[in-house]
Amino acid sequence: MEKKIRVFLCKPGLDGHDRGVLIVGQALREAGMEVIYSGLKQTNDMLVEAAIQEDVDVLGISILSGAHMALIPRITELLTERGADDILVIAGGVMPPDDAEALVSQHGVDRVFGPGTNTRDIVAYIHEKTGNA
Amino acid sequence: MTETASDLYEGLLNGDRRAAARLISMVENQDRSVRQVLRMLHQHAGRAHVVGLTGSPGAGKSTLACGLTKRYRDAGLAVGIICVDPTSPFTGGALLGDRVRMQELSGDPDVFIRSMGSRGALGGLSMATNDVINILDAFGKDFIIVETVGAGQVEVEIVKYAHTCVVVTMPGAGDEIQAIKAGILEIGDIFVVNKADRDGAHRTLADLEMMIETKPGGDDSAWRPPVIATKALDGEGIEELEDAIAQHADYLRESGLLGLKTEQRMKAELLEILNLKVSQAAARVLDEDEEGRELVRRMTARELDPHSAAEEVMEHLLKREVEKPGT
Repeated sequence: MEKKIRVFLCKPGLDGHDRGVLIVGQALREAGMEVIYSGLKQTNDMLVEAAIQEDVDVLGISILSGAHMALIPRITELLTERGADDILVIAGGVMPPDDAEALVSQHGVDRVFGPGTNTRDIVAYIHEKTGNA
Repeated sequence: MTETASDLYEGLLNGDRRAAARLISMVENQDRSVRQVLRMLHQHAGRAHVVGLTGSPGAGKSTLACGLTKRYRDAGLAVGIICVDPTSPFTGGALLGDRVRMQELSGDPDVFIRSMGSRGALGGLSMATNDVINILDAFGKDFIIVETVGAGQVEVEIVKYAHTCVVVTMPGAGDEIQAIKAGILEIGDIFVVNKADRDGAHRTLADLEMMIETKPGGDDSAWRPPVIATKALDGEGIEELEDAIAQHADYLRESGLLGLKTEQRMKAELLEILNLKVSQAAARVLDEDEEGRELVRRMTARELDPHSAAEEVMEHLLKREVEKPGT
């Protein structure tokens, strides 16, 4: 059987908005991926442990609360600490360009997809990065 | 990654959660190199009590699994949870959302939760479920809870693999005619009516009690499936469910049925693997062997019927395996 791409989509911190992440989840499912959704209000520790147990290829972090600079660097640190830094990390939500740039250049995020992103671009990016076209 | 299967095996026995997770993925992807690990694992598995949770979508299986796990954790027991959700037959994708109902458990390193897509398998489980049960068993879990795809009439595969099968329903899910249909009623060792504060709960409880009471052949067994009312979200009735599972485990041990169940499970496991191997070998004959292709041609020309063709393929397979041992 072909290997399936597994994606964990998560909502860290105190953020109740999950319309966007669920739309992304549907798009990835339509593209044949196995998408695991965390539900709201996860701590960094909870979601890193879940990503490891689920052995995902991709961790998708959705934050619309403005806390991305507080949360995301700690998440990628935890992934490294637990030997799971081979997981592709993508982020989405409302993040100013400078923050997005810093997350990618300094904090281990592979790509930030801002508002207005076409879900096809996310699918294409994951396929490209996981070598599974 | 260049981890070899044997590194992962060592990791698993040493409690490395990443190794367990990796092995499960290899099993799901039918990676051949995992077979040697499964072979070595077999002797380490067999300690865990496997609880199956099945029932209609939205009945509260995940929430019950969460409540039950919290009680086991309070008693210091390690728990593995396998949640199977349907894979789309059209795109092959799946949205696995059972973790959303189990948030209280995430972050606890002694609870291992794995979400799985059914990946085309029928019967409410995925092909890999049994191997995953074995992996979590060898990983040292005391209880393994297997939550099936939510449905409720044919999702009976679980009965082959679980020691205790819990069937979850809720008020208003249909009248007694639904309950009398074949399948789901026959597999329950324990019945749960969840959301028992809703209208019609008494009726559902009474219907189930009646069905169990009047089930033909039910009285030659010493185990009478209890019907338990729960409100999983508030934790009501979970203690009763935990007790009922413990009683059922005792019953299996004392009656000697545990050995019989294990034997049945081994047989089911073997048959499942053989089914896959034989059908794959047969597909190869039809696709690759000249004789196989000829059979299909003769069928297409209406010279040969499918049953006779199948006989010929079986003969061909048996002959070939004898001639070429080890292939």
